[in-house]
Amino acid sequence: MSNVAIADQPDDSHHPKTFITKYVWSQDHKVIAIQYGTVAIFVGLIALVLSGLMRLQLGFPDSFSFIDPSAYYQFITMHGIIMVIYLLTALFLGGFGNYLIPLMIGARDMVFPYLNMLSFWFYLLSVLVLLASFFVPGGPSGAGWTLYPPQAILPGTPGADWGILLMLISLAIFIIAFTMGGLNYVTTVLQARAKGMTLMRMPLSVWGIFVATILGLFAFPALLVSAIMMLLDKTIGTSFFMPAIISLGEQTGYTGGSPILFQHLFWFFGHPEVYIVALPAFGMVSDVLATHARKNIFGYRQMVWAIVAIGGLSFVVWAHHMYVSGMNPYFGFFFATTTLIIAIPTAIKVYNWVLTLWKGNIHLTTPMLFAIGFIFTFTHGGLTGLFLGNVVVDLPLSDTYFVVAHFHMVMGVSPIMVLFAAIYHWFPKITGKMLHKGLGKAHFWITFLGTFAVYLPMHYLGFLGVPRRYYAMGDTDFVPASAQDLNASITVAALIVGVAQLIFIYNLILSLRKGEKSGPNPWNATTLEWQTENTPPTHGNWGEHSPVVYRWAYDYSVPNTLEDFIPQNIPDEAVAKESTTSKSRSQENGDKS
Amino acid sequence: MNFFTALKEKPWQTNSHYQQEFADKTELFPQKTALRFFIGMVGIIFFLFTITFLGRTQYPDFQALAGEPWLPFTNSFQLWFNTGILLLASAALFSTGKAAEAQRINLVIAGLFFTFLLSFLFLLGQLSVWKHLNSLGYFINSNPANSYYYLFTCVHGLHLVGGLLVLIKMTYKFLSKGSLDLLSKGLILCKTYWNFLLIVWLFLFALLTSSSETYQTIAILCGF
Amino acid sequence: MKIAIAIILLVVFSVAFHLVSPWYLPPIASNWQAIDDTISLTFWVTGIVFILVNFFLAYVVIKYRKGKQERADYEPENKRLEIILTTITTIGVAAMLAPGLLVWDQIIAAPEDSKEIEVVGQQWQWSFRFPGDDNKFGKVNNQFITVANPFGINPSDPAGQDDLLVSGNEVHMPLEQPIKVLLRSKDVLHNFTVTQFRVKMDLVPGTVTSIWFKPTRLGSFEILCEELCGIGHFAMRGRVVVDTPEDYQTWLNQQPTFAQTQDFTAGDPLKGQSAYMICATCHGQKGEGNAAMNAPKIAGMAPWYVERQLRYYQQGIRGKHKDDMFGQQMAPMALTLSGATSVDDVAAYIKTLQDIPVVETIQGDTKRGMSLYRTCGTCHGATGLGNQGLNAPRLANQHDWYLKRQLENFKQGIRGKHPHDVYGVQMRLMSRTLRDEQSIMDIISYINTL
Repeated sequence: MSNVAIADQPDDSHHPKTFITKYVWSQDHKVIAIQYGTVAIFVGLIALVLSGLMRLQLGFPDSFSFIDPSAYYQFITMHGIIMVIYLLTALFLGGFGNYLIPLMIGARDMVFPYLNMLSFWFYLLSVLVLLASFFVPGGPSGAGWTLYPPQAILPGTPGADWGILLMLISLAIFIIAFTMGGLNYVTTVLQARAKGMTLMRMPLSVWGIFVATILGLFAFPALLVSAIMMLLDKTIGTSFFMPAIISLGEQTGYTGGSPILFQHLFWFFGHPEVYIVALPAFGMVSDVLATHARKNIFGYRQMVWAIVAIGGLSFVVWAHHMYVSGMNPYFGFFFATTTLIIAIPTAIKVYNWVLTLWKGNIHLTTPMLFAIGFIFTFTHGGLTGLFLGNVVVDLPLSDTYFVVAHFHMVMGVSPIMVLFAAIYHWFPKITGKMLHKGLGKAHFWITFLGTFAVYLPMHYLGFLGVPRRYYAMGDTDFVPASAQDLNASITVAALIVGVAQLIFIYNLILSLRKGEKSGPNPWNATTLEWQTENTPPTHGNWGEHSPVVYRWAYDYSVPNTLEDFIPQNIPDEAVAKESTTSKSRSQENGDKS
Repeated sequence: MNFFTALKEKPWQTNSHYQQEFADKTELFPQKTALRFFIGMVGIIFFLFTITFLGRTQYPDFQALAGEPWLPFTNSFQLWFNTGILLLASAALFSTGKAAEAQRINLVIAGLFFTFLLSFLFLLGQLSVWKHLNSLGYFINSNPANSYYYLFTCVHGLHLVGGLLVLIKMTYKFLSKGSLDLLSKGLILCKTYWNFLLIVWLFLFALLTSSSETYQTIAILCGF
Repeated sequence: MKIAIAIILLVVFSVAFHLVSPWYLPPIASNWQAIDDTISLTFWVTGIVFILVNFFLAYVVIKYRKGKQERADYEPENKRLEIILTTITTIGVAAMLAPGLLVWDQIIAAPEDSKEIEVVGQQWQWSFRFPGDDNKFGKVNNQFITVANPFGINPSDPAGQDDLLVSGNEVHMPLEQPIKVLLRSKDVLHNFTVTQFRVKMDLVPGTVTSIWFKPTRLGSFEILCEELCGIGHFAMRGRVVVDTPEDYQTWLNQQPTFAQTQDFTAGDPLKGQSAYMICATCHGQKGEGNAAMNAPKIAGMAPWYVERQLRYYQQGIRGKHKDDMFGQQMAPMALTLSGATSVDDVAAYIKTLQDIPVVETIQGDTKRGMSLYRTCGTCHGATGLGNQGLNAPRLANQHDWYLKRQLENFKQGIRGKHPHDVYGVQMRLMSRTLRDEQSIMDIISYINTL
């Protein structure tokens, strides 16, 4: 199953000497991770601004003359695609996957560092191509992030000339980038683990990222296939997805294609994509919760099994996005059942997170606040998923704001809570500095309460029947005027949350410059990344000797030991010895909570 | 150790299987694992194309490329010819690998030469089929069957081109450094990849030259 | 600690919000009460889980926060607890799923006695078709679609000749009669949603989808498109009027058959010329319009548009609003065209009039207007020549003061608000994208250049 040859080797990697090879054309997984992270956060901020603009239109219609329908649809499209793919996928896998996998499993680097570097540069290229669509004639595509044909490539949609081409090309490049990175992550996990690091001793972060990467490798092909076929439909007039139709009053040359086929392909990618984002979040939040509760993760094995089960099931639920798409209605029985089954392993994960805190010793640090906030938002978003997964309940709610509220709660807010938890948690390792506590807490409270104020009322707009992707409601007799007040309040909350992210950016910059020194292991964590010789770890991670692993990742508060944590690389014999010298150590680290 | 057995381990018991794990070295090297995943991924790409293809065959505007005397692939001699060439290319690669293991440099160079030659010939052969189709008026956008034919062969060809680029890089390294060991490791991977592409091609060949009755049968079996 | 309190408060707030919220499903108007019941059931199950999990979370955070105990417990797993929790979850999931699947089974099987009505979607309008006396729909294909045959009915299919066609955005349905709507699209994906009916389904070009329901309440209900279909998506509105069976039959009898729409004879310009004399007093001998009389230019206008507007005036759909001073003048004039074909004749005569350039009176930022016009151009054409397929009139070479007034009328609901002005709703929503006076000036100054 596994092979330790690589991790076993002495550190013979050629350390880069020049600035360029160290920080630009770097093959070091940590630098690549930071590059990925920076670009992802940057495009994420663009997408955040776009969401602010569309909220302005929804909250205060008839007020902003630069937001015309075309612009509005372009905003929602770019917001969606950037957030889902270029921010969340890239930051979780390209960013945290890259940073954490080798460090957590005790490897010196990814197994293919050069490919890893290429992966980042392809990712950057895909981002640039995507952003270029803001500057081409007609602007970016306004087809919605789902890019459903025939609409996406016909002139009634903004950006149907250049925007959609650049979007599809950018997606194809992203998939190439992801493949190069993904093959690396999977192979590294399987082949480069340190001595003694069995699969079941890996921290859940690695499990989440590992399974998510496999999902990505098998799901992104569907997006690639549909992108290629749509490109051909657009550019040379094939009819894969295009039936005989008229467009703006004129006959087109298309015949016989099937738009539903695209939707099947898209969601065959799209649903696993949800878990490509969610599984790393599940894993990382588990580690944050265990560390700050000073308690082992409850039911580690069930957590791993749940990750694997969710990963597997995620490939057989896709058509729950298509209950009202006109597909064969009998599919509804199958997909409603599989979808609700997937709720079971997911629920187990939630129970186990709460049970991890139970009888713990909970340190309410900033990362911990975000992690607990995640449990709340994820429970909320997960439960509304049970509405939409059940085919008859989906009928009235499909394509309304209920859907928007649900997926933002479960796939926007929740993973982003984890991302923040993870950044506050691992920033000390990445930079050697602590993030500012007060700013961090302010950031948490505004984000947590603010997003709730945004999305809770939105569910009720959905019950009212307010459709999503409407530029303006106008006068509708079944929607009361008070719904507009609700919309305005959502917009105000959204803008506050949006602006509050500046606190976070400011905190990053401030702490990077003047932050308190963190020491190697400020949270007294057990996992390997906190046991490196240097902080931040240098190229090659481990200095002279690779670590050897003697225990699982969650030996917190083990009975009859002095300290409340035992790092994974401490042999049983050394645990007792640790107890005598531990005083100096805990003084040195202080209590960073 | 089997993956699912591994999942049963109770990791908090410090005396778990790790001792075994140290001894558990397999023949896998990382490139091979990565290649397996890559092949899995490419396999899924072709699988999904195939699914959409089979779905599309059941629409009334679909006209199969074989099955009636006037259709271009009822007599698919040229495709058989190309298949033969690809088969020979795989065989050439296979014997190159054997030669590398046996440290016979002359044979290795000859083998590489024939692998390149035959692979290029295959690509040229595929191109000439495109030309032939075009000259008969079977353009890419005139019928979904044609679209799929061009699409499938193009995607398959591009994967072969990708393989050739890797092989070129390996050959260049081998010629400049002269390390047979490195080459023979790489040749194992290339062999797997070429065989995979051969299997894909045989599958595509069968798929694309079927008659509409065959498609109908398959579609019924698959429940479209 | 604060986080625990916050979680408790948020749970309490969520429940309270749910209980007192005036924002909930609008009153149902179909037989699908079972859907609402399933929603309530789901609310009960998920609500209980939501409250329990989060209260327990808050309790745990309060009880086991730092300083409350020396050391955390060490308990890797508890199989019994996991099994109990899994079982309870499975039961809860099954309790929601099973009734859902039973209801779904009813939804996908339309009853034998249901009446079929075809709903046709196009960017960004609805139209409807009834099978006619033979109770059989004629064959259709998008490739048959022309301006004269907007439904794409196969002209050689006898079953199609008696199909009743409703070209506007409004359809009537009889009360307490199961209806199976057959959904079909001419261009892109759309979605047929009447919120009060609870069910919805996509319209997919190239295939026919369907959904069934039984209207149980008289009234007029809005149809919304709920599948993004281009920039006019939000303006794709229609109406279902649920009538008593008698009213429904009366309405249905007024609808033209396909054969009648094909049998259309073009107006006679010669006859129209004499009728035009009365128009000429304001609109001018050459149809050039007259600013002093507030009469727009009508030379160069397409007959289909002239006919529609004249009929609107005649039927009080246009020119009835109390603030539409000039429309009120036009309405009685339109009534003078009382012959069966006189409207068509006048339109045919107007078609023969030479198009003459107009004089610009409005100055604005043409460049800004050009970018504002992006939206308009989708329907009215990039050069403003109009598009009959989309029911969008010509804008180019019209008097700018007239365009301005109409835009303002649409914006203020003076024009386009009448329930039977089937395309007015759309234009009203679109006119509101021009936020202020300046935008109107800019866009018109751009239209002047077309």
